Amino acid sequence: MTEKLVIIGNGMAPGRMLEHLFECAPDAYRVTIFNAEPRVNYDRILLSPVLSGEKSFEEIVIHGDGWYIDHDITLYKGHKIVEIDRAAKTVRSEHGEVASYDKLVIATGSAPFIIPVPGKDLAGVLTYRDLDDVEAMMLAAKSRGRAVVIGGGLLGLEAAAGLQAQGMDVTVIHLMPTLMERQLDPAAGYLLQRELESRGISVLTKASTRAIHGETRVQSVELEDGTVIPADLVVMAVGIRPNAQLAGEAGLEVNRGIVVDARMQTSDPDILALGECAEVGGATYGLVAPLYQMANVAARHLAGDIGPVFADQSTATRLKVTGVDLYSAGDFAEGEDREEIVLRDASAGVYKRLVLKENRIIGAVLYGEAADGPWFFDHIRNRTDISDMRETLIFGQAYQGGAPLDPTAAVAALPDDAEICGCNGVCKGKIVGAIGEKGLTSLDDVRAHTKASASCGTCSGLVEQLLSVTLGDAYNPQAVKPMCGCTDLGHGDVRRLIKAKELKSIPAVMQELEWKSSHGCAKCRPALNYYLVADWPQDYADDYQSRFINERVHANIQKDGTYSVVPRMWGGVTSATELRAIADVVDKFDIPTVKVTGGQRIDMLGVRKEDLPAVWADLGKAGFVSGHAYAKGLRTVKTCVGSEWCRFGTQDSTGLGIRIEKFMWGSWTPAKVKMAVSGCPRNCAEATCKDVGIICVDSGFEIHFAGAAGLDIKGTEVLGLVKTEDAALEHIVALVQMYREQGHYLERIYKWAKRVGIDEIREQILNDPERRKAWFDRFVFSQKFAQVDPWSERVSGKDKHEFNPLATLTLEAAE
Amino acid sequence: MNMAVQSFIEIGLLADIPRLGARCVRTPEGRIAVFRTADDEVYALEDRCPHRGGPLSQGIVHGSSVTCPLHNMVFSLKTGEAEGADEGQVRTYPVRIEGERLLLHVDALRALGA
Ligand SMILES: Cc1cc2nc3c(=O)[nH]c(=O)nc-3n(C[C@H](O)[C@H](O)[C@H](O)COP(=O)(O)OP(=O)(O)OC[C@H]3O[C@@H](n4cnc5c(N)ncnc54)[C@H](O)[C@@H]3O)c2cc1C
Ligand code: FES
Repeated sequence: MTEKLVIIGNGMAPGRMLEHLFECAPDAYRVTIFNAEPRVNYDRILLSPVLSGEKSFEEIVIHGDGWYIDHDITLYKGHKIVEIDRAAKTVRSEHGEVASYDKLVIATGSAPFIIPVPGKDLAGVLTYRDLDDVEAMMLAAKSRGRAVVIGGGLLGLEAAAGLQAQGMDVTVIHLMPTLMERQLDPAAGYLLQRELESRGISVLTKASTRAIHGETRVQSVELEDGTVIPADLVVMAVGIRPNAQLAGEAGLEVNRGIVVDARMQTSDPDILALGECAEVGGATYGLVAPLYQMANVAARHLAGDIGPVFADQSTATRLKVTGVDLYSAGDFAEGEDREEIVLRDASAGVYKRLVLKENRIIGAVLYGEAADGPWFFDHIRNRTDISDMRETLIFGQAYQGGAPLDPTAAVAALPDDAEICGCNGVCKGKIVGAIGEKGLTSLDDVRAHTKASASCGTCSGLVEQLLSVTLGDAYNPQAVKPMCGCTDLGHGDVRRLIKAKELKSIPAVMQELEWKSSHGCAKCRPALNYYLVADWPQDYADDYQSRFINERVHANIQKDGTYSVVPRMWGGVTSATELRAIADVVDKFDIPTVKVTGGQRIDMLGVRKEDLPAVWADLGKAGFVSGHAYAKGLRTVKTCVGSEWCRFGTQDSTGLGIRIEKFMWGSWTPAKVKMAVSGCPRNCAEATCKDVGIICVDSGFEIHFAGAAGLDIKGTEVLGLVKTEDAALEHIVALVQMYREQGHYLERIYKWAKRVGIDEIREQILNDPERRKAWFDRFVFSQKFAQVDPWSERVSGKDKHEFNPLATLTLEAAE
Repeated sequence: MNMAVQSFIEIGLLADIPRLGARCVRTPEGRIAVFRTADDEVYALEDRCPHRGGPLSQGIVHGSSVTCPLHNMVFSLKTGEAEGADEGQVRTYPVRIEGERLLLHVDALRALGA
């Protein structure tokens, strides 16, 4: 029987719990999640690389929207639960949504602690907990002003480094005498402070905040000793407090956190709690490793297996600031019964300290050279007796047993149960096993199958060493990623060889480039088909069986197997006659949904496949051609009304949009291409997030490219300013042709531009008129073969077989 | 067509299906996808992906496999089993080629109806 499981909070702990739950009891629950944050589950640990600009938000998403669909989970994004009614077994969100549960899981995480000083509510005073905080910091950093970070712990220092990377002038204020005193001893704290100061971050220790000043926005921070530090942004990172209030109001037992037993059960048998909000055995936790252990226990509990219990474990920490190598694990306070081993190398900036008790390591602090961290941590957790290696212990694993080992050999020597990935609790044996059994060959493969190094990523090096130990020479980290399993060549090589060897058909490519499968696969065939279409427009006959269904039937397949149809509306302009024709088609074919798209077109959804040719025939009579809304090709040119109507318009943006669209429609490209033309810098057509965009200005046309507004969000790059409409068209066409000839299949313009370099593109398209003309001419040539309306072709009978069943059978007398 | 009398029943000609393509047969029990490989082998599978019901007949055919058009699960045309890291099973039906004619086995169909 399927029970209703409701989860409050969608952070890393419940995310992991669900993964375990779907593994051990896939059909036991129908899951509903309420999350105050308006987004899917992401890797909070990696917010710092997002802040510093080293990663994008998309790269740190753990479960994309598809995952929730696949598991039939209802996820309420941006719904905070404000009440748990334990008698009725329901929860209620601030928007009034009510859901009933059989089992409830509370995973509300924790909230940043705000120090109660005057001015704490001023605009510009932030905390560091979620993506909204990161976005607010990045926005504030645009001013390149001054930031003050209150708190010199892990979060504060990561925030400080990130803000500095974004160009701000940063001061860290820390109450204690040394930085990160919870994880580092004073010596390591000192080295860390020196390193940060050498990078230009000011650090004030033993500094207590008295007030934050400002009119409406923050302007300065005042310390107890009277020092005033000017600030345009203040980030408070002084600690966290478990979010237990909601549970407390529902009458559950709460202390510092929500009190649970070792099986994650609260004082109500139908309610579990886990993550940072939970308190087990009197302790709350703020690092993912123990939370993931809770996730496993909770999942088993929900699946009916109450065997596993949570056990306190020591944790290890690294600071995720690029260039700072720091590791801390266990307990390193001094004490009567403790000894220590210290190694310092001042010139190299290395400091290592091990704390021993009864011949066992109980704590380790490594600064400047932290590769041995996991090895020490392993001994801490296994309570290894180190008497035999005491003399050389501090030099690390490489010095045990004679000659120094190279790092790979050191990894090879680790026992199978040595933990490699602390975040996800993955041991060496599991990784090596997966490499062998599943034939994994890359870091990405290992991440996908075992989750090792998929969170904070600091163990990536170890995983790579394991790959090379296990695979030997077969592992080549620098290798280009092959197009697919059918070849060892990457997209770039295949494109180059198609031209160099003048390969003009899919069989020719597969033969000459020694494909390993007889007819390719669903990954390489569409790519090859595109490359051949783009490179040999005159000679190559499109292979329809190598196209995805959408491009084969010129409509978009929907989740129920019906299709959506979008006719072209040049530049987004339409007329009464066109609208009437669309209305008639909708009535005649009983089309359930009609919707305006983001690209200023009309989308008819829910068309049966058999009806497609007739729908197109009727649309064709009204003058419509296919809108290619399904194509890896030119999609739409969005426009604003421009100088013809708009009092701000500087040029005829609508006219130019129509002209571009009429010139370029029908062309295939590596991935979809969306364009826009705005009539003035107010940019109503949103041209600055398109693949190609134009902003009209008084003096001409500013050409933009390489924007994105889908999974990734990215403003465009400016190619340059041209004076006339003709010049604008020539530049855009040349740019797109360059992309058509160089892009890898499914690689959007912004990714291609990143790969080949913005300057190179500008050089060829803007500064070199001959090259530009050559690109332009090749595009024009290929259009001769491409500008055929696929709809009218099919109305006149092409590929008729696509749209009708082969046979219709009835079962007479068979029942 | 009366399916009670014969067990293999003609559904069309080999030439009706493009190489590395598929066509559908409608039956009271749902659609059946009939695939043709590059080597002119023919296979029949239920036209419903066990994942989320994707129409397999609309997928890309490669070797003796088909990739579902909705989320790219790959199925063996010979056994109907999912390939790679995924799990799943699609029903298969016997088909025979006699000269140019394609014959679909009907008992299998009826078993499905029962
Ligand atoms: C910048 C940063 C860096 C970090 N680095 C590390 C690191 O290097 N190593 C490490 O181990 N840990 C690190 N951590 C800590 C780690 O991220 C957390 O321990 C972990 O994410 C907590 O998971 P959780 O599921 O308990 O809670 P969270 O991930 O905080 O999720 C709780 C969610 O519940 C939502 N919520 C709260 N109340 C309600 C309500 N009433 N109704 C609905 N939804 C609600 C919140 O909006 C939130 O999305 C870091 C944390 C931060 C912020
Ligand atoms: S429906 Fe077939 S892969 Fe999802």
